[in-house]
Amino acid sequence: MFGLNKKDTSFLLIVIALTMATPILLQPFAEGSELAQFNGGYPDLMQKIAIFGIFAVGFNILFGLTGYLSFGHAAFLGIGSYAAVWMMKLLTMNVIPAILLAMIVSGLFAAAIGYVSLRRSGIYFSILTLAFAQMSYKMAYSVLTPLTNGETGLQLALDDPRILDGAAEGSSLPVTNIFGIAMNSSYKLEALGRVFTFNVGYYFCAFIAILAFYVAIRLFRSPFGMMLRAVKSNQQRMTYTGLDPKPYTLAAFVISGMYAGLAGGLLAAMDPLAGADRMLWTASGEVVIMTILGGAGTLMGPVLGAGVIKYLENIFSKINEGVLHDWFSFLPDGVENVVIWVFARFTGEGWHLTLGVTFMLVVTFLPGGLIEGLRRLSKRVKHGSQKRDKYDDPDPEHRPEPGKRVAGE
Amino acid sequence: MGILEVKGVGKRFGGLQALGDVNLSIEENTVHAIIGPNGAGKSTLLNCLVGKLIPDEGSVTFAGTSVLGRKPHEINQLGISRVFQTPEIFGDLTVMENMMIPCFAKRDGAFRMHAIESMEQEAELIAKAEAMLADVGMLEKREMIASSMSRGDKRRLEIAMCLVQEPKLLLLDEPTAGMARADTNNTIALLKEIKETRDITIAIIEHDMHVVFSLADRITVLAQGTPLVEDTPDNIKGNPKVKEAYLGETQQV
Repeated sequence: MFGLNKKDTSFLLIVIALTMATPILLQPFAEGSELAQFNGGYPDLMQKIAIFGIFAVGFNILFGLTGYLSFGHAAFLGIGSYAAVWMMKLLTMNVIPAILLAMIVSGLFAAAIGYVSLRRSGIYFSILTLAFAQMSYKMAYSVLTPLTNGETGLQLALDDPRILDGAAEGSSLPVTNIFGIAMNSSYKLEALGRVFTFNVGYYFCAFIAILAFYVAIRLFRSPFGMMLRAVKSNQQRMTYTGLDPKPYTLAAFVISGMYAGLAGGLLAAMDPLAGADRMLWTASGEVVIMTILGGAGTLMGPVLGAGVIKYLENIFSKINEGVLHDWFSFLPDGVENVVIWVFARFTGEGWHLTLGVTFMLVVTFLPGGLIEGLRRLSKRVKHGSQKRDKYDDPDPEHRPEPGKRVAGE
Repeated sequence: MGILEVKGVGKRFGGLQALGDVNLSIEENTVHAIIGPNGAGKSTLLNCLVGKLIPDEGSVTFAGTSVLGRKPHEINQLGISRVFQTPEIFGDLTVMENMMIPCFAKRDGAFRMHAIESMEQEAELIAKAEAMLADVGMLEKREMIASSMSRGDKRRLEIAMCLVQEPKLLLLDEPTAGMARADTNNTIALLKEIKETRDITIAIIEHDMHVVFSLADRITVLAQGTPLVEDTPDNIKGNPKVKEAYLGETQQV
């Protein structure tokens, strides 16, 4: 179906089903229960997971396939956001033109930055992209203030032209919409003691994310994807096969830059403001961590990584000392304080420590990322736990059955 | 007039004259071996032919076209394929994928998002790749990851990847270096078969005299960056100058 083989089609259908059911799946705990804080089914978080999923899937097209590690992809995210907000200021609050412009502008920037950066590979490429991203960040704060509104960030204003929407009524800012349906409108369903929120913005992001994911599958499976993997594997052989690797890497760079621009545009579509913070190097690092945590070079890995990180960020950073006091109030006073002190390092402001430990454990024990963990788990379930790796396979040629006679017999 | 003409080629690395006034003519549909002691300039010469190095002086023409100043991938598009001393293959990819990449690479070398235009064309390319794999006896290994194979199999795969492009000239840089005896013999048999069944010129750089004498039609002996003699294998065997420069006093052929 849609040019995919049977396996990929069922894979895509599972992804679609999971995305559609996310508002239910992320709301497993009853309202008012102790564990309700671990519910992630609110629009803001779900939108972020979908958007950063797109960002990571795009990043993975470059990093996972060609092996070029860009440390400046957040620049395209920021550029996409600015472009989208400008479209909303000038043309219309409908998000479609905004997102299209975000992709085009970030694609152009990616072509220019990629053209220069791809002259080098390895660490030099990473440093060049990082330099460009930091340059964009600093310029957004300084010389480009007329375009970016500097530290305040680019925001909507009542006196923006918005040519297609006509004059604004009233004194409140218009909301982003898609053909009249507001992005922030939700339908709330109360059932089984839980509140499920079905948000227009989330489903819009989810729809785009599925499209982006579908395009990524096609790309991975195409001859073009094979060429990109060839670039990662052996550029020398590629050159001596009569292929110039550069246009292939540049195409991958532009495509992944456009994915980042799309994600930036969607961020602005959900919440119409754009700040230079989105271009900071920590944001570039975050997408690298997402991709590696989930599993670089796999289709599902980056989405999983983005989901896990955004979930940790939003849920763990909410757990402050007050919440911890509630949890551990059954302990004697002295012990309680010690336990709370320890847990507080990992929650609230300290959620980065949780992320760091998770990342460290995954990279050490599951170099292929969370996807590899899932794969091992399913293998364990299917084949039992005896075989741990290939050396446990029976191999009569190299490890013959021990003879009946023992030395000294 | 040979298919590859090297005239007066020289190359210096700082104070070292790696190549000086090399003249070489490789006739079409022959196997031409280039031998010489370590440091004689064999690999430098080869690198000058494929565009990895640009000679300081002289000219290199392939089938009437100068290769100087062209990039390696452009030279490949002229019809020169190169096999490396250590097999250069796409290690992360399967054997079949390794074969498909040269099949996708068109002779004009232009960048394409869509390497194939239709399903029929794809089927055609797959059939071509499979036939080539069958020719080198690797069809049953098609789903293996290339880097997990033995040195001899990697070499076979590399040769198959070069041949599927139907080059006019195949350059081999010590194709049996670091191989077990059995693998060496298999490679010799494979190269002999290629020589007999295909319309191809082969230039081979080799240390192993066994390989050279079982394959070559012509041999050029390189010493200190210049060709010493060029002759048939039989005459080279008896040439005292070659013995002195290359084989040494103690070694017998």
